[in-house]
Amino acid sequence: MAIEVRIPTVLREHTQGEKKVAAEGATLRELVADLDARYPGIGQKLLDDDGQLHRFINVYIDDEDVRYLGGIEAPVNDGAEISILPAVAGGAR
Amino acid sequence: MTKAEIAGGLDLPRDVYAALVDHARSDAPFEVCGLLAGEGGAFRRHYPIPNAARSMTYYSMDPKAMLHAMNDMDDQDWDLLAIYHSHTHTEAFPSKTDVELAVYPEAVYLIVSLQDPEAVIRAFDIRDGKITERVLTVDGEQAPVGNR
Repeated sequence: MAIEVRIPTVLREHTQGEKKVAAEGATLRELVADLDARYPGIGQKLLDDDGQLHRFINVYIDDEDVRYLGGIEAPVNDGAEISILPAVAGGAR
Repeated sequence: MTKAEIAGGLDLPRDVYAALVDHARSDAPFEVCGLLAGEGGAFRRHYPIPNAARSMTYYSMDPKAMLHAMNDMDDQDWDLLAIYHSHTHTEAFPSKTDVELAVYPEAVYLIVSLQDPEAVIRAFDIRDGKITERVLTVDGEQAPVGNR
């Protein structure tokens, strides 16, 4: 069953402007691999050279931050909604 | 006052401008942050987001509050109009950190400075490390620009 993934604007260049796309996978890693197969280049924006999520990329399964669910190995259930959000930070210094 | 090339403008309703200043003052000397949703460049909704860093010199948007705001915008078919944060002791100009961490090229970056008695808000585009400034107006009138 397909899993719905919300794509942030900065990554929509890979999805022909689509803000929600479907992908499959039993874990977040499989899901990212499937996304990258459908939308080449998107995987590189999400994962670092060690295959871990980039520090400034937040990923949620339903409403839960995947860092609390096992990170890139987090299990993904059928019907889950995935959200990808680059972090927003900065400051005076 | 640090200057950048001026390109384009942004108009905010007066109550929204006041809400941003009030939000900035509400947690001074700590920095505050938030998001504005828009539609075709016109303001739609203000989402104050907790500063997870609760610092005087750094902000990091609370991820879950940000998630809810961004999903709400998507559901309403709105766009991310602006990302704002406050500088409590420095001018309303993007810092090196602000530029390095600017990953939403479609958003206008608003900075609320509280360094002077009268708050100053300035608006910037930050794309590929380059800063350009927008003329900020409030209900069509030039916003306060400060005296330095």
